[in-house]
Amino acid sequence: MTSIVVQFLNGLAGASTLFLIAVGLSLIFGVTRIVNFAHGSLYMLGIYIAYSAVGAFGAAGALGFWGAILAAAFAVGLFGALVEVLILRRIYQAPELFQLLATFALVLMVKDFVLWAWGPEDLLGPRAPGLDGAVTILGQRFPEYDLFMIAVGPVVLGLLWLLLNRTRWGTLVRAATQDREMVGALGVNQKWLFTGVFALGACLAGLGGALQVPREPAQLFLDLTAIADAFVIVVVGGMGSIPGAFLAALIIGEVKAFCIGLGNVTLLGVEVSFSKLTLVIEFIVMAIVLVVRPWGLLGRPQAAQRAAPTHIEPPLRAAPRGLAAGAAVLALVLAALPLTGAAYTVVLMTDILIFALFAASLHFIMGPAGMVSFGHAAYFGLGAYGAGLLLLRAGAPMEVALAAGPLAAALGAAVFGWFCVRLAGVYFAMLTLAFAQIGWSVVFQWDSFTGGSNGLVGVWPAAWLASKSAFYLFALVLCGAGLAALRRILFSPFGYALRAGRDSPLRCDAIGIDIKRLQWAAFTLVGAFAGIAGALYAFSKGSVSPDVMAIPRSVDALVMVLLGGVQTLAGPAVGAAALTWLQDTIARNTEYWQSLLGATILVIVLAFPQGIVGSLSRLGGRTEAE
Amino acid sequence: MSAVLAVDRLSKAFGGVQAVQGVSFVLGEGELLAMIGPNGAGKTTCFNMVNGQLAPDSGSVRIGGADTVGRPPRDIWRMGVGRTFQITATFASMTVRENVQMALISHRRRLASLWTRAASLYRDEADRLLERVGIREQAERACSVLAYGDLKRVELAVALANEPRLLLMDEPTAGMAPKERITLMELVGQIVRERRIAVLYTEHDMDVVFGHADRVIVLDRGRLIASGTGDEVREDPQVRQVYLGSRGHG
Repeated sequence: MTSIVVQFLNGLAGASTLFLIAVGLSLIFGVTRIVNFAHGSLYMLGIYIAYSAVGAFGAAGALGFWGAILAAAFAVGLFGALVEVLILRRIYQAPELFQLLATFALVLMVKDFVLWAWGPEDLLGPRAPGLDGAVTILGQRFPEYDLFMIAVGPVVLGLLWLLLNRTRWGTLVRAATQDREMVGALGVNQKWLFTGVFALGACLAGLGGALQVPREPAQLFLDLTAIADAFVIVVVGGMGSIPGAFLAALIIGEVKAFCIGLGNVTLLGVEVSFSKLTLVIEFIVMAIVLVVRPWGLLGRPQAAQRAAPTHIEPPLRAAPRGLAAGAAVLALVLAALPLTGAAYTVVLMTDILIFALFAASLHFIMGPAGMVSFGHAAYFGLGAYGAGLLLLRAGAPMEVALAAGPLAAALGAAVFGWFCVRLAGVYFAMLTLAFAQIGWSVVFQWDSFTGGSNGLVGVWPAAWLASKSAFYLFALVLCGAGLAALRRILFSPFGYALRAGRDSPLRCDAIGIDIKRLQWAAFTLVGAFAGIAGALYAFSKGSVSPDVMAIPRSVDALVMVLLGGVQTLAGPAVGAAALTWLQDTIARNTEYWQSLLGATILVIVLAFPQGIVGSLSRLGGRTEAE
Repeated sequence: MSAVLAVDRLSKAFGGVQAVQGVSFVLGEGELLAMIGPNGAGKTTCFNMVNGQLAPDSGSVRIGGADTVGRPPRDIWRMGVGRTFQITATFASMTVRENVQMALISHRRRLASLWTRAASLYRDEADRLLERVGIREQAERACSVLAYGDLKRVELAVALANEPRLLLMDEPTAGMAPKERITLMELVGQIVRERRIAVLYTEHDMDVVFGHADRVIVLDRGRLIASGTGDEVREDPQVRQVYLGSRGHG
């Protein structure tokens, strides 16, 4: 009984933190319709800035400490305003996907900034003056600071309610959440309203981070953990709903606390570690909520956007006569590469081939089928782990393991996809991300089977593929065939039907096309293709680490597709080559390659919304002008 | 004359509002039936219950004798029902011909095919349909660049692809110039008579209603208040009251 009360209080303290992270994200989405991927980075900035501020003038007294916390929150708010004015303002009209990518570029840049400014070590701040003790609750000691945290959530909720319901500014924010075009039409200066909302949201995230200083060390991976948490809360609560975010934070906070409290339990003879399930459990809650109430607990179905689609794709044209010949020449040139004896180039080209197939598999559902997945690395990772595990744990020969990779990936994609295809747009993106994160948590935590954070080592190919050149040629054949197959399918009735589903679900329904089923099939199919790429990747590196299915890998694939251009078929391969080469080159020359990658993404998003190949073909004037 | 569509005591309420109440009518082969009524009369609700987008609270819809209640629109289409929309719904990234081919591919159940080239399937058949609706020369153009009146014709060709026995047309001439409206409806009239298709359509334009419909049904506040030929409906006192105001003032 006692422990239940304490677990409950722990849950409440956790819920306050989750609420602070998520509420700003929800607020920002409600008004600007931007899903701010960098929200976790704002939270991380908050904790780092607060650490330094407390160190500078806070250690002495309570006033200095709390002043430092508030100053950190304010600084993050200011940074948010700056970001909104300099970057986001330019992309409000851009497709959702570009907005997400632009904010992901910020994630990369903030991360490198933090690395540069504070270094890679974990930094634990001092305890809060006046709240550094513990109280005894039913015989168990409970930190005073956590009691304070329990109060923070409801207080912030109350203050936000007053701000939104008792001030003119709040009325405008609520009106814009309902219908931003109308608010604009009524003559309200939306620019400053948006800046203000973004600054407020950033400030709340910063506050959430700053308040963590006495509780947990500042660490470099906090941005992605925080954003994953925030996505879950916002989606469970309902996009744009502040009470929804609070309710969701309560539910998730409690579920997590009780999982930790349960510890290891033997269920049906199997030892289940509930404390390790915390990462997975919130995503499971989210998946259930999304299936039962796709718009969240307190959210409302998304209002139809009035903005017309930005650019309609031209019809698919059969390949020009030269294409087959060109592809054959390219294949020959690529096959001749090992003859040059450039060992490093052969390894890099193997990577490029693998990522070209991976990117093309994402492009297939993202472009023609219109389903933007933010968790495509899950299937790359399942392919890699599927192959690696079969080889190491079951002692299967490489050829069998390699074939099992795509099967494992397709199976995973079929299960996850069944849930995902019920949703569309931002919700689809978030659910795919959530499933990828589940996969990542499982391989990251299951030490005895997947090798945990160390991953699998000794995943080497059979003797006949042992040389780098032989493996390169093998990858060339498999990836080339994969790319050709994906292209062929796009021109098939199945590929056409997917495009039909993207263009007009209403018309599909009226001509007997069960679009959800086809989308599910497509999701599974491309999962298999991503799995081939993943399995090849495992054997090319000789090891598999959880990184293969982490969020950055999913984003890499998105960047590749966008670099090449969503509306082109050759684009993903070109984008994969460009990004892989760029990463390789930058990473060899600087420690801060992530921020350069971030800057590159920003430039692409701001300057070439059609991608590289898309922009080139536009210059060539191949689209029918009318 | 056998009934292609038989609607029997159809009712639907939204919250406390009875949108459609006990509406019954039948429609036979080759017959054009216009459904009219003032705004909020329940036309769209009624229409959407027939096409499967909405499930009725009670009553039945029979197409060729088979009950369709509870079936999704795509199943109802397979029973031989073609549809056109008030705001055209076509595949913008495809050519005009491909739009029709898509419907033909679905009709022949070839959607799961991964290897055939879609653009080479049922090409001649698609062209014949485009010829029939008068836009054969635009077959290669993208739907996204078509004039609105031509898009309406594309929809008509798509709707004919599964050799329907029933066509459901929601405001077939909405958004078109007056002259275009008459040519389009004349075309529809010819096609349905030569193919013995039954047509149910809603319409705001009274010229299109009285100039082309064989019969007219009138809804008001969810109830069917009149049914008959154009002339009969025009003379109906209840209809006059609904459209022209109560007799005391009119």
